[in-house]
Amino acid sequence: MMAMPDAMYGGHSGVTSSDKPLEYRDPNQSVKILGFWLFLATDMLLFGCLFATYLVVRTHTDGGPTARSIFDIPGFTLETFFLLTSSFTGGLSTLAMRNGNKKALVSWLAVTIALGLAFIGLEVHEFIGDVAAGATWERSAFLSAFFTLVGTHGSHVTVGLVWMFLTLLQVAKRGITPITARKVFVVNLYWHFLDVVWVFIFTVVYLSGRVM
Amino acid sequence: MPSGFMQFADKYLMWKEGPMIWGSDVAILLVSIGIVFALTYFHKWKWLWREWITTVDHKKIGIMYLICALLMLFRGGADAELLRTQLAIPNNHFLSAEHYDQIFTTHGTIMILFMAMPFIFALFNIVVPLQIGARDVAFPYLNAISFWLFFFAAMLFNLSFVFGGSPDASWVSYPPLSELGFDPGPGENYYLLALQITGIGSIATGINFLATIFKMRAPGMKLMHMPLFTWSTVAACVVIIFAFPALAIAIALLTLDRIFGTHFFTILHGGNPMMFVNLFWVWGHPEVYIVVLPAFGVYSEVVATFARKRIFGYSSMVASLMLISVISYFVWAHHFFTMGAGADVNTFFAVASMLVGIPTGVKVFNWLFTMYRGRIRMTLPMLWTIAFVPCFAIGGATGIMLAAAPADYQYHNSYFLIAHFHQVLIGGVVFGMLAGMYYWWPKMFGFKLDERLGRWAFWFFNIGFYVCFMPQYALGFMGMQRRMYTYPADMGWNTLNLISTIGAYIMAIGFVFIVIQVLYSVKYGERDLTGDPWDGRTLEWSLPSPAPHYNFAVIPTVTSRDVWWELKEQGRTDELKPKAEDIKPIHMPKNSARPFLMGLAFFVAGFGFVFDLLWLGFLGLAGVVACLIARALEYNDDYHIPVHEVVETEATLGRLG
Repeated sequence: MMAMPDAMYGGHSGVTSSDKPLEYRDPNQSVKILGFWLFLATDMLLFGCLFATYLVVRTHTDGGPTARSIFDIPGFTLETFFLLTSSFTGGLSTLAMRNGNKKALVSWLAVTIALGLAFIGLEVHEFIGDVAAGATWERSAFLSAFFTLVGTHGSHVTVGLVWMFLTLLQVAKRGITPITARKVFVVNLYWHFLDVVWVFIFTVVYLSGRVM
Repeated sequence: MPSGFMQFADKYLMWKEGPMIWGSDVAILLVSIGIVFALTYFHKWKWLWREWITTVDHKKIGIMYLICALLMLFRGGADAELLRTQLAIPNNHFLSAEHYDQIFTTHGTIMILFMAMPFIFALFNIVVPLQIGARDVAFPYLNAISFWLFFFAAMLFNLSFVFGGSPDASWVSYPPLSELGFDPGPGENYYLLALQITGIGSIATGINFLATIFKMRAPGMKLMHMPLFTWSTVAACVVIIFAFPALAIAIALLTLDRIFGTHFFTILHGGNPMMFVNLFWVWGHPEVYIVVLPAFGVYSEVVATFARKRIFGYSSMVASLMLISVISYFVWAHHFFTMGAGADVNTFFAVASMLVGIPTGVKVFNWLFTMYRGRIRMTLPMLWTIAFVPCFAIGGATGIMLAAAPADYQYHNSYFLIAHFHQVLIGGVVFGMLAGMYYWWPKMFGFKLDERLGRWAFWFFNIGFYVCFMPQYALGFMGMQRRMYTYPADMGWNTLNLISTIGAYIMAIGFVFIVIQVLYSVKYGERDLTGDPWDGRTLEWSLPSPAPHYNFAVIPTVTSRDVWWELKEQGRTDELKPKAEDIKPIHMPKNSARPFLMGLAFFVAGFGFVFDLLWLGFLGLAGVVACLIARALEYNDDYHIPVHEVVETEATLGRLG
């Protein structure tokens, strides 16, 4: 029998290799990244079910507001601009983390949070406008599904903002360690995922709603 | 008494509803007082807190799941006996229609979500880390959260019986019946919130065990070296993570309809009730595979051990497990062929449903071929395994009958269906979980369950099963529909119903024998001093029973399938005994009270939403968020067990090499 790794998370080798990116070097941390990918799979299915529901009741407006009448092109275009840009700056924060540049990392996280806040602000503004115009989620199945799908994405973004802020604080306090590196990496995975979901919302909900 | 209290008692405590409620109130009160008294009298509060409530040890979490599963088997079983008593004779009014509806709803929900699920999670927790040579699961803290979410969800669900009223729209809870307009009152909300909370825990468990199995196997253990129970856990977890989100959405949307006035599934304002039915079964059908796949894993372990042979067709066993988990996703519409989706849709789902029979058939033949020419020992786990084979074969055959869409128009929602799914769920899942419980019991507790009492339980339960459910196939053909609370005397159903009820009582006697067996064996059961009471084949049997809390003092290196058996054959078992000089400090997760508190916060939130107390609901959710933030900022959640402590423990166990 060979000498064995003593760590709980020894895995196959228990060897920490330095040619991997920082967030993957410690097996205690890299297993969490795998776990997070699995979580994203479940979250993707969550959104998949909401999309399916939306598509089924998309035209069930019950004589109330329709997609064409409530979707505001400049509004959702600007939302898209902010969120997609924030995904890019989030990517830059990961890059800064890999380069060991703490100052740049903190700055890019802050920019990402600011863009995310702008997105949420616009979305809340859009929802308030809809409700004021009588397009509430009690009005029709279409509106129930619209607010639930887009609102679920929005609440995910809100959670992501709080989470990213907490991560920023930890990086500021503790610097770039295998643990904080993993945290930066994972929160950015989440952020990119929400971006991908938004691309579908943009296409399936807003664009199709205006065109079809 | 003040009239305010009497109103409260009538509305929420349901004191007008009769002796069953009063009896339950008294029983709950007495049991609670008894528990508090016993804990205080024996000074066990600290022990309970330190050793169990705050634990993150997979073995202890597994034991807690097991205890809960057995208690819920009792609750669900008591429901079943009430249902069968009501149906024993025609024109019976032992239960009112309303109570009958509530009881079949809680029976189904509890048996699937709060009995079968924790039972498989119990075995995942107890067995998987030991089988793959790991010291815990990948995320022990998350594992504790999963358990406490399940626990508090089960509490919330069971609370409905004595506070506010049980759900009564059946375990599938189809709208529009389950919408506010047709089903006011908190019962349905209890169902929705309890399922939501336990569902989150189940998703987390699925993620946890996949990460554990993919990342934490002992060095040298390739995927195709893994024991089949571990493989069945992989298959079940894959289905969990792909199916449970659909349930989460289905019940979340129904909750929005009921509490926030949306129109997903209402008849008014464009809602579409069939969307719920689809979403529900996108989870619901895979769910039955989630619970049966681990049972298949148990049978595979048991058959190989007690036939003293390598499992026949290991690769085909793995392939069929994975194939079942994939096909499980393409069969859901067979639950509502009568919806009218059209011949093309029905044909697709009918064919897919029949396809499941192929990999399942492969497995049955592999188990039989493993037994063929083996030196079979008729122990309790083996008895349940052998009983499973014909039972599941018949249940599978009637399943193929149901899968034939045109014929299903005849069987749909008749007692034929009831008989079918009880046969596969009891014959497949319950038999398997009991086999697994008997098999790994010594590993959990250090003693075997008494063989003689176990045989009484086995025969009562098995004979009772056939007496109970075979007549129901016939009743289905004779036109008896499910969920009818009574029937007229001239339908020709009287005799068969009476026989079926007698069978249910015989099964209850079997359960009582299991209870007696457990109690008796705590004191008199054969102690397991070797750690390998069954002459097992896989790594868990190389450890003492029960295993020390770090499991392996030194992680073994695996070179083959059935590695423990190989080493025994070659007389090399001493190689797995740790040498003092190889022992290093062991890195372990710290206990935490937060998973328990998070479960409690979810309970408060759930309770708030059940009664439309939105402030309480959001207060509970704020508690959940507080727990999450505290966790995000936590850094010292692990510690090292010093070498001398490990050496001492191993020396006491007589294992130092």
